[in-house]
Amino acid sequence: MISRRLLVLFAHPSPGRSEINSHLASIAKSHVNTTFVDLYAEYPDYRIDIDKEQQRLCEHDVIVFLFPLFWYSTPALLKEWQDLVLEHGFAYGSQGTALAGKYFLCACSAGGAASAYGAAGYNHHSLRELLVPLEQTATLCHMRYIPPFALFGSRTAVEEGRREEHVQAFAAMLDHLASEPLEVLIRSDVCTVNELLLSSDVESTG
Amino acid sequence: MTGLLLDVFVYLVAAVIAVPLARRFGLGSVLGYLVAGVAIGPVLGLVGSEESVNIQHYAEFGVVMMLFLVGLELEPAMLWRMRGRLLGLGGLQVSVSAGIFAAIAWKFGLDWRTAIAVGLLLSLSSTAIVLQTFQEKGLNKSEGAHSAFSVLLFQDIAVIPMLALIPLLAIPELMDSSGGDVQGAHHDLSLVAGLAGWMYALVVLSSIAAVVVAGHFLTQPLFRFIAATGLREAFTAAALMLVIGIALLMNLVGLSPALGTFLAGVVLANSEFRHELESDIEPFKGLLLGLFFITVGAGVQFGVLAEHALLVISLTLGVIALKASVLFVLALLFKVRRADGWLFTLSLAQAGEFGFVLISYASQNSVLPSDLVPVLLLVVALSMFLTPLLFIAFDRLVLPRYTANTDSGESDEIDERGPVIIAGSGRFGQIINRILRANQISTVVLERSPEQIDNMRQVNIKSYFGDATRPDLLHAAGVDEASLFVVAIDGEEQAIALTRHLKHTHPKLKVLARAYDRGHLYALREAGADWVVSETYYSALQLGKQALRALDYHPFRAENLAASFDKAESRGRDALYEQWLKKDEGERFGRGFQSLYIELEEALHGLMLYDRDDGHARSERGWAPPPKGYTDSLDD
Repeated sequence: MISRRLLVLFAHPSPGRSEINSHLASIAKSHVNTTFVDLYAEYPDYRIDIDKEQQRLCEHDVIVFLFPLFWYSTPALLKEWQDLVLEHGFAYGSQGTALAGKYFLCACSAGGAASAYGAAGYNHHSLRELLVPLEQTATLCHMRYIPPFALFGSRTAVEEGRREEHVQAFAAMLDHLASEPLEVLIRSDVCTVNELLLSSDVESTG
Repeated sequence: MTGLLLDVFVYLVAAVIAVPLARRFGLGSVLGYLVAGVAIGPVLGLVGSEESVNIQHYAEFGVVMMLFLVGLELEPAMLWRMRGRLLGLGGLQVSVSAGIFAAIAWKFGLDWRTAIAVGLLLSLSSTAIVLQTFQEKGLNKSEGAHSAFSVLLFQDIAVIPMLALIPLLAIPELMDSSGGDVQGAHHDLSLVAGLAGWMYALVVLSSIAAVVVAGHFLTQPLFRFIAATGLREAFTAAALMLVIGIALLMNLVGLSPALGTFLAGVVLANSEFRHELESDIEPFKGLLLGLFFITVGAGVQFGVLAEHALLVISLTLGVIALKASVLFVLALLFKVRRADGWLFTLSLAQAGEFGFVLISYASQNSVLPSDLVPVLLLVVALSMFLTPLLFIAFDRLVLPRYTANTDSGESDEIDERGPVIIAGSGRFGQIINRILRANQISTVVLERSPEQIDNMRQVNIKSYFGDATRPDLLHAAGVDEASLFVVAIDGEEQAIALTRHLKHTHPKLKVLARAYDRGHLYALREAGADWVVSETYYSALQLGKQALRALDYHPFRAENLAASFDKAESRGRDALYEQWLKKDEGERFGRGFQSLYIELEEALHGLMLYDRDDGHARSERGWAPPPKGYTDSLDD
């Protein structure tokens, strides 16, 4: 029986106004195999404790960034976290193998509708394409990149009754990450992991 | 009584007129004093040369005090680092110069014993003039000045064996003819007269040991005790007592008092009372040294000069030229280069005050024939007279040639930053000191309470005893070179006065001040402080932030709310300050200020929470999500 330890790094500068991420955060917080970190609560002054964060990374098998998409990227503190924690000699470089073999995933909420993310939409790129910097970061750190877990049109998800479904999917995904084979999720031909989790062939292999 | 007052008055008037004039023309105070002496002595005849020689003995005490102060600046470790230069440069300078002068004197037909004495006394330079001038011109820290100082220190030490040697050079034929007319400094009271050689050595060594040991162990409790009384004059008295006592002890055992006090100074260089001692002794030193230079001027015997004008002048020039050549060669040998080498060469080319002492001592001991004495005295005095001119030559001729090149080679020495002075090492000043020290920034901490200094020393934080509101102590602590000044002293009025004084005397010095409350903060700001912080403000802000967190505000929100508050508060503070400036003294602290305060506080409250047109709270603005349905308008 596989049992992976999950690290969810949550970055939301204004969680009091969050409609989606705060709900996903409470799921992660109560998940048994998961360590949940509210980065903005832990480092309100941006003074990130590099040693502590690296230690955390070493102690977990799956690293999840949980954040609202801000200008096609992470909120500032999560970028700061990458800049400081993913050091040469630790995360990359000839000596930097601390993260090798670990799984990496972004769970983010996007304001635009799914249709906006594509060559035809006003964003002109798929979400996966827009998150290429993170994907390449994971690759350089010898991590295995799982396509993003995403919610589109997040500003109207509550009104349209899509939140509950998304929250449940997130909980199911955490279970999956903790105990199911993950190689099937590492695919370059899909935009989001949501479609893989929903499709029956993944379920059946588990 | 009237006679004494008249004498003192004449000396002071001469100094008061001549010194500022000399400074105004860029000649340095030493030349001013010398000219003043010439004016009241040989020219106006207000003081006789006999009495000026008597006064000179008291005035020489200025040299003793100066060496004490020099010692205070030199920590033992630094002295140890100087040892090579001290023995090498100093030893060679004295022996080579003395040898050459003696040989020449002998060639001119003097008795060989007289020739040796002349060589020795001319080899010495003037510690008083040279160090005083270095300090005045701010050359203290230069390489050349360090080398010159090593030589001067060696000379001061060398005087002791010279004094021992001179009686052995006595010429029997002179025995009865010379003697009593010149007062000697070393034949009065003595503990060592008639002792055997080894006993003398023992007494000398134990006196030096006594100075070192007592300086190290006894002075601390004594000064601490006196400091605790808070009486300034008691401390001054104790400082004088220390210096005079050591000088006395050295005289009794036949050592140079200057050397003894120098040693005591070195021993006390690490003491927390260092700056206080410096500022207490400094005025006495300055006055006595000035007096000493005046007596040198007053002692010039124009009669003798007129009679032997050619001889005296050519001898003087010869002495200076010869000493300068020896120094120049030594500078080359010891790699004291460029401007520093020239400074070294030119600064030490005169004969010095110890020359006077040796002349009178040698003539009493029948080493110098009596017709030679006035000529030698004139040569020494004139060479000292010419020294300020050599310094001027250095300034005008040498420096311009080298300053153009300094940017390339020597700049790393020049950009050395002065220390940060922190006045007050209570809870507030301590924290500032610790953060600066942790970053290898050198600080000088001044503290008025001896207990507090004790506490600080126990945790290895060095601070100095002294009242930071006293200009002389500030000067001793190095306010002229300081890069920053932190005012963290108790006493609201004192802090304001200190700030005002600092900004008045050193307009370029950055002053950071701690305020007690709003009124104090405005007053400090008005006094010119560049940055003022209320002592309770930031700690209260911090705890306020903690309170928000305790009320379940998200830590990042609490952080931002506190930051917004701080920003609004500081803007309000500026507005209040403008109002405060307009009020007159009575209103500032009376009922008028209170109502103004309340009025502005209310305005501030509004400013902080509702400063946007739509009434949207400022702190809410950050990270507000875009409105629902905002994507509809994005489609293209």
